[in-house]
Amino acid sequence: MIKTTTSFIAASVLALSAGLTQANTLKMSYDADPVSLDPHEQLSGGTLQQSHLNFDPLLRWTQELGFEARLAKKWERIDPNTMRFHLREGVKFHSGNTLSSDDVVFTFKRLKESPDFKGIFEPFKEIKKVDELTFDLVTHKPFPLVLNNATYIFPMDSKFYTGKDKNGKAKDTLIKHGDSFASRNVSGTGPYTVSYREQGVRMELVRNPNYWDKQSKGNVDKIVLTPIKENPTRVAALLSGDVDFIAPVPPTDHERISENKKVELVTMSGTRIITLMMNQERVPAFKDVRVRQAIVHAINQEGIVKKIMKNFATPAAQMSPAGYLGHNESLKPRYNLKKAKQLMKEAGYEKGFKITMMAPNNRYVNDAKIAQAAASMLAKIGIEVDLKTLPKAQYWPEYDKRAADIMMVGWHADTEDSNNFYEFMTMCPNTETGAGQYNAGNYCNKKVDEMVALANTETDTKKRAKIMQDIEQILYDEAAFVPLHWQNLAWAARKEVKIAEIVNGMDFPYLGDLVITKK
Amino acid sequence: MLAFFIRRFMQAIIVMFVISVVGFAIQDNLGDPLREMVGQVVTEAEREVLRDEMGLNDPFFVQYTRFIGNALQGDLGTSYFFKKPTLDVIFAKLPATLELVLGATLIVVLVSVPVGVYAAIRPQSWFSKCAMAFSTVGISIPVFLTGIGLIYVFSVELGWMPSYGRGETEQVWGSWRTGLTTADGLLHLILPSITLSSLMLPLFIRLIRAEMSEVLQSEYVKFALAKGLNPMRIYFLHALKNTMLPVITVGGVQIGTMLAYTILTETVFQWPGMGFLFLEAVNRVDTPLIVSYVIVVGAIFVITNTLVDLIYGLVNPTVKLAGKSA
Repeated sequence: MIKTTTSFIAASVLALSAGLTQANTLKMSYDADPVSLDPHEQLSGGTLQQSHLNFDPLLRWTQELGFEARLAKKWERIDPNTMRFHLREGVKFHSGNTLSSDDVVFTFKRLKESPDFKGIFEPFKEIKKVDELTFDLVTHKPFPLVLNNATYIFPMDSKFYTGKDKNGKAKDTLIKHGDSFASRNVSGTGPYTVSYREQGVRMELVRNPNYWDKQSKGNVDKIVLTPIKENPTRVAALLSGDVDFIAPVPPTDHERISENKKVELVTMSGTRIITLMMNQERVPAFKDVRVRQAIVHAINQEGIVKKIMKNFATPAAQMSPAGYLGHNESLKPRYNLKKAKQLMKEAGYEKGFKITMMAPNNRYVNDAKIAQAAASMLAKIGIEVDLKTLPKAQYWPEYDKRAADIMMVGWHADTEDSNNFYEFMTMCPNTETGAGQYNAGNYCNKKVDEMVALANTETDTKKRAKIMQDIEQILYDEAAFVPLHWQNLAWAARKEVKIAEIVNGMDFPYLGDLVITKK
Repeated sequence: MLAFFIRRFMQAIIVMFVISVVGFAIQDNLGDPLREMVGQVVTEAEREVLRDEMGLNDPFFVQYTRFIGNALQGDLGTSYFFKKPTLDVIFAKLPATLELVLGATLIVVLVSVPVGVYAAIRPQSWFSKCAMAFSTVGISIPVFLTGIGLIYVFSVELGWMPSYGRGETEQVWGSWRTGLTTADGLLHLILPSITLSSLMLPLFIRLIRAEMSEVLQSEYVKFALAKGLNPMRIYFLHALKNTMLPVITVGGVQIGTMLAYTILTETVFQWPGMGFLFLEAVNRVDTPLIVSYVIVVGAIFVITNTLVDLIYGLVNPTVKLAGKSA
């Protein structure tokens, strides 16, 4: 969504009138604060939220999952392996340095070295500086997701991060488990600079007076971010007026918030799929497609969404949420107890069997309850489940060990693309390539793997969509996993804080564009 | 006296040694710290490299020896999350917790003494009965619920009190920031203090009442009354002094419990203290911070118990601190 001239004029008028009014402060509260000020230290929601405050990406996602030009004003494909980007002129970093291709080159190299981000940039061969404001991103093979991945490039101020800090360490050192210059100091092009930070307690940001985006309607001069971990306390803080904006909002409080006249609840269907993985290596019965089919027919996704998630989720029959290229419209949840029993009988397991199941209890919304519901649904077709739920800190090591016959896992595609789901969740597990890293079901279909590889190099959007929708169909027919639902997202704010326009499905609100109207 | 201190000091060392071994032994079961430090797409191979770098793959004995070696030099490790020495992190949060415990202790003392004494003197009055009934209810409601209930009534519905955090704080000395000197800070302290005290208050009211009733039956009180001394003087000076002996003992032990319950109270109120820090550290598998916290709390226990014993000696001179030798 590139803004037009008329909206520019409107924005300038707004900006002028905003200048006459008092300073706007936004007090907001998330459940956690970012781990570090270094945008490359950890690939997580918190880091990306932080990045959008202190930095700007080359381009960013819109609410409709389209692209919006940011620091790159335009781009074009110059050959199958190369995309050329043109930077905006005269963009200043917080330090006063001017943005140039060198900064992008610096940032790109750092991304390639970051343990967390290098995976995303694996398909990229190199970056080539063309001139001060032009550079090329070159991929190994034709790669359809150049733009998706370019949303992860938040140019850092190369001059600011070059040299040695007072401990004699290079300023651009990237470490996860120690002090570093970049984790405490920041210079980006973003709408806000950090003015105070006490990790885990409070962070204060002030508007960057030289922000390049003069068209932005954002009128928040100061942001005070306080993490509040407990759901009821966070909701109470909003309702009592101690904070203006909170997220996430637990499903149990949606009604209370909707009823309150002073606040507004904004929800959006999310893209994180919650699944159950049936481990075929641990349970021979799961090798039989009829047994897997029986299980997906026994799980009532709609029931779970209605009763446990209070309709705060979308029942799923596949990995890709609506809006993703791979989303296959024709696939619907198939709860049918009679058919499930029939399939168990056909497979010769009429009397059922015993299995173990593990799920986290503080990772996804209502995760433990969902697992309990699934276990009791499986009991109806004779599968006796020994369920164990664990806090996420203990759960993930168990998950890596594939410690139970059925394990719960949720996944959000970092690239906002369907193929990412298949690569991590359903490709044949291969420790060397890292494929199927989260495939705790050990489902393996060479044909699907080939299709995934094909989709990775197909740059024709239509053809690509077809391939990925076909993959969904195969996974559905073979009941490769049990899809449960896509978790929705919810934010709540005082009525004057117009969050509806700036939130998105990735949950990194564009606070630079946030408008607070007068009371 | 010196012998007493030396013995206590030796005890403390042993306690902390045992704690560090236990803390170290269980850390493998706390989860994988790498999982909390890296994003979910990082490969196992990559994580293994990081684990090696951090020395997490070394055998238990090697890791423990390294830890003890550093600990003897005053370095208990570096927090994975805060990336600062764990002791610095903990001591930065200590003031918040101490202020909360102080607030709660004040409430307990100021309320339980008069109420307990009154309930002992006038066991049949309606106020005493109400106080006893309230204390039964109070002791059976979880701290968590009390906190959330108070927030909903006083912050959301009535809007009198802030709902979370410590409010405005001021630098006192060093890294000590206090909320006690600002009106906003004091206001923020009220609800969490009440919540934390709700656990101890019933216990102490009942304890003081029971002890006081017993003392009131004793010969010297009857004699004093018969002598015509001012009843207030008898109750609050002579009788209360003897009532306080068991109360101090229990109080000393309960300070430990109180510290433990700050974990819940601080979590509900997003109070930036040690308890909340600990819970977060557990969630993040920040093992150096967890082990350090346990050691620091162990030290606090030993110190408070030592202080209690000293006070005990002051209140009741018949108690000899150093045992037989003294």
